[in-house]
Amino acid sequence: MLTTKAKLLWALVTVLVLVYALFPVLSILATSFKAPSDLTSGTFLPSSGTATTANYEQILVGDAQGLFLSALRNSIGISLIATFIAVVLATLCAYAIARLDFPGKKLVLTTALAVSIFPVISIVTPLFNLWRTIGLYDTWLGLIIPYLSLTLPISIWTLAAFFRQIPWELEQAAQVDGATTWQAFRKAIVPLAAPGVFTTAIIAFFIAWNDFVYGISLTSTEAARPVPAALAFFTGASQFEAPTGAISAAAIIVTIPIVLLVLLFQRQIVSGLTSGAVKG
Amino acid sequence: MASITLNHLVKKYGDGFPAVNDISIDIADGEFIILVGPSGCGKSTLLRMIVGLEDITDGDLLIDGERVNDKAPRDRNLAMVFQNYALYPHLTVYENIAFPLRLAKGKHSEDQVKKLVTEAAATLELTDHLQRKPANLSGGQRQRVAMGRAIVRQADAFLFDEPLSNLDAKLRGQMRSEISQMQRRLGVTSVYVTHDQTEAMTLGDRVAVLKKGELQQIASPRELYEQPVNLFVAGFIGSPSMNFLPATLEGNVLRTALGDLEIPAEKARKAADKKVVLVGVRPEFFEDASLVEEHKQHHGSTFAATLTHTEWLGNEQYGYINFDPAPEMRELLNSLARDMDADELRPQVVVTLDAASRIRGGREAEIWLDTRKLHLFDAETGENLTRDAEAGAQLTREAGEDRAEEIAPAQRADAESGHGDGGSDAGTGGATAVGGRHSAG
Repeated sequence: MLTTKAKLLWALVTVLVLVYALFPVLSILATSFKAPSDLTSGTFLPSSGTATTANYEQILVGDAQGLFLSALRNSIGISLIATFIAVVLATLCAYAIARLDFPGKKLVLTTALAVSIFPVISIVTPLFNLWRTIGLYDTWLGLIIPYLSLTLPISIWTLAAFFRQIPWELEQAAQVDGATTWQAFRKAIVPLAAPGVFTTAIIAFFIAWNDFVYGISLTSTEAARPVPAALAFFTGASQFEAPTGAISAAAIIVTIPIVLLVLLFQRQIVSGLTSGAVKG
Repeated sequence: MASITLNHLVKKYGDGFPAVNDISIDIADGEFIILVGPSGCGKSTLLRMIVGLEDITDGDLLIDGERVNDKAPRDRNLAMVFQNYALYPHLTVYENIAFPLRLAKGKHSEDQVKKLVTEAAATLELTDHLQRKPANLSGGQRQRVAMGRAIVRQADAFLFDEPLSNLDAKLRGQMRSEISQMQRRLGVTSVYVTHDQTEAMTLGDRVAVLKKGELQQIASPRELYEQPVNLFVAGFIGSPSMNFLPATLEGNVLRTALGDLEIPAEKARKAADKKVVLVGVRPEFFEDASLVEEHKQHHGSTFAATLTHTEWLGNEQYGYINFDPAPEMRELLNSLARDMDADELRPQVVVTLDAASRIRGGREAEIWLDTRKLHLFDAETGENLTRDAEAGAQLTREAGEDRAEEIAPAQRADAESGHGDGGSDAGTGGATAVGGRHSAG
C-alpha cells in the first residue's frame, strides 16, 4: 500500500508530466481559434471577443478544403493499409521467431533492427529517383512501401516479445487435441495474441500517420499527399498573413483519430489476458 | 483403448546427447504405467515422444500394433494432461472441454457436444463452473478441466505429464485417488510421468524407473520395493530411502561400520566372491532390540549403536546413526547420491523404531536388524547380488491379478448404478456414460 505522502508525490509527478505533454497541444488548440490579426498578440488564449472558428471553416469547407480533405483521405487510407500489411506480416514473422528454431533467426531480428535505425532522410533521394522511374512516384503504393520499412521492424520486435510470453503448451495441447498446426495457431494463439496485435497495430499506425519526410518527398499532388506534408502547403489569405491558424486547426483535426483509436482499443491493449492459462 | 509398444526408442538432441536411450516397454491395453526418475532422466521426453510432440530419433513406437513414428500428434488419438494445465484462457470451461470435439469437424452435432461435455463435467464435478473462465478457477479445478478435455474424447490412451506437481499437498492426495479411480473405471491405457514416488507407488500397475535416459527396471511397485535390480532403483524407491552400508564379507558375517552382522547362508553364498559389498537395508528392517518378540529374534542380528537423535512421528519414530566409511566408499556413496538428485549422501543410517521405543539420542542402545530382508549390492556395478528374480516376477504377477479383480467390479458397479437410477445421480450417471463409450470403442 502507498502511504498518503507517496500518493501525493505520485500525483504531483503525474500532473507535471501531463502539463509537460499536453501544454503544446493546448497551445495549438488555443491558436486554432485565433483570428489572423490576433496571432502575434502574445497571449495564450485568443483575445476576448475575437475567438473564431474561421480556421476550421477554411480547411473543411473554405479555400483550403481541397488541399486538406484530400490529404486527410490519403493519410487515413495509406496509414491503414500500411498498418494492416505490417501487422499481418509481422504476426507471421514474429510467431516464427518466437516458436521455431531456424538458421538465420538472429539475422532476421538484427536486420529488422538495422533497418529501423537507418536514417530515413538518406534513402529518400534514391527512392525519389527509383519511384519516378518505375512510376510509383506520387501514388499510395509509393508511400505504403516505405512506410512498411518503418513499421515492420518495430512490429516484429514487439510481437515477437509478446508471442514469447504465450505458453507453448497451449499450442501443443491443441495439437494433441486434434488441431493442425494452423488450427492451433488460429484457435489457441491468435486469440491470446490479440492484445499484442492491437498494441502493435496502434504503434504502427502512429508511425505511418506521423511521417513527414517520405510524405513531402515522394508526392507532388493531391493524389497521394498525406496531411503532415499538406500542412506545409497551406497559405494565408494574403501573402502578408501567416497560415498559422489554419495549420493549427488542421493539426487538431488530425490528432482526433489518434485519440479516438487509443480510447477505442484501450480495453484490448490491457495485457493480462493470458492469466489462467497455466499455473502462476 | 489400445496397447502401446515402445521398441528400442532413442531420442538424441542436436549435440548427440541421448535424452532417451534404447527404451523398450510393452504397455498392455488398460494398463497404468508410471515413468519415474530424478529430473533429467528423460521421462518427460519419453512421454512427449509417445504423444508426438518430440521426434523419435530411432526405434519404433507402435499403437495397437501400428507404427506411428511419423504421425502428427492429432492423428495418434491420444489425450494428454499437461503439468501446467495448458487451458485456453479465452474460452469458458465448457468450451475448453468441448475444444477437441469442435476440432473433429462434423463428427458431433451441437447436441452431442453438449451431452458429452455435460457428462464429462459431471464426472469431474465441474457442472457448476462450466460458464467460468479458467482464470477464475482454483488450481484443483483447473486440473480437472484439463482432465475433462482428455476424457471427453474417445482417446486411445491418456498421457499425464506430472499433472499434480503444481497442487498443494492435500489436494494432490485427493486428485491422486480421483485419477486412480477414474482410470480403473474407464479402463483406459495410461502413461503417467512423475518424480513423486508416492504417486508412482500408489497409482501404477507397473512402474518404470529411469536414470539418465535408460530404463533401470520396470515392475510392480512391490517388486521394485522388495526386489530392486540395482543400487539406483533400491535407493530411489522408498522414503526414507534405503540405507547403504559398505561391508566386507567373511563367511556368513558382514563386517560393517555398525558392527558385525550375521546373515543367512544363501545370501552370503551369492556374494561370496566379492571382497567389498554394499549392504542395502530399509529403515523398517531395524527395530529396538528390547521390543522384538522372542520368536523373531533369531531371524536377525543385534548390534549396539549410539543414535544422534530421534524423531517421533506418532505411529513410529526415526532414529539416526552416523558412521564413518572408508574414503573410497565415501566417494561411491556420493556418486550414488548425485544420481539420485541429492548433493551428498550423509554417511548416516536411518532406522525406524516402534513408537513405544524409549531409545533416545546420545545413549548407546541395542538395535535389532532383520537380516532376512537385506540386499547385497556389488560395490562396482551396483548390481543387486541377492535379488530373487522369481520372487519378484511373482509379485508383479500377483499385482496384475489384483488389478484385474479390481477393475471388473468397478466397471460392473458403474454400469449397474447407471442403469438403476437413470442418471438422477449426475456423478455416477455421467461416469457410466463416459466409461460405456470407452468400452464400446
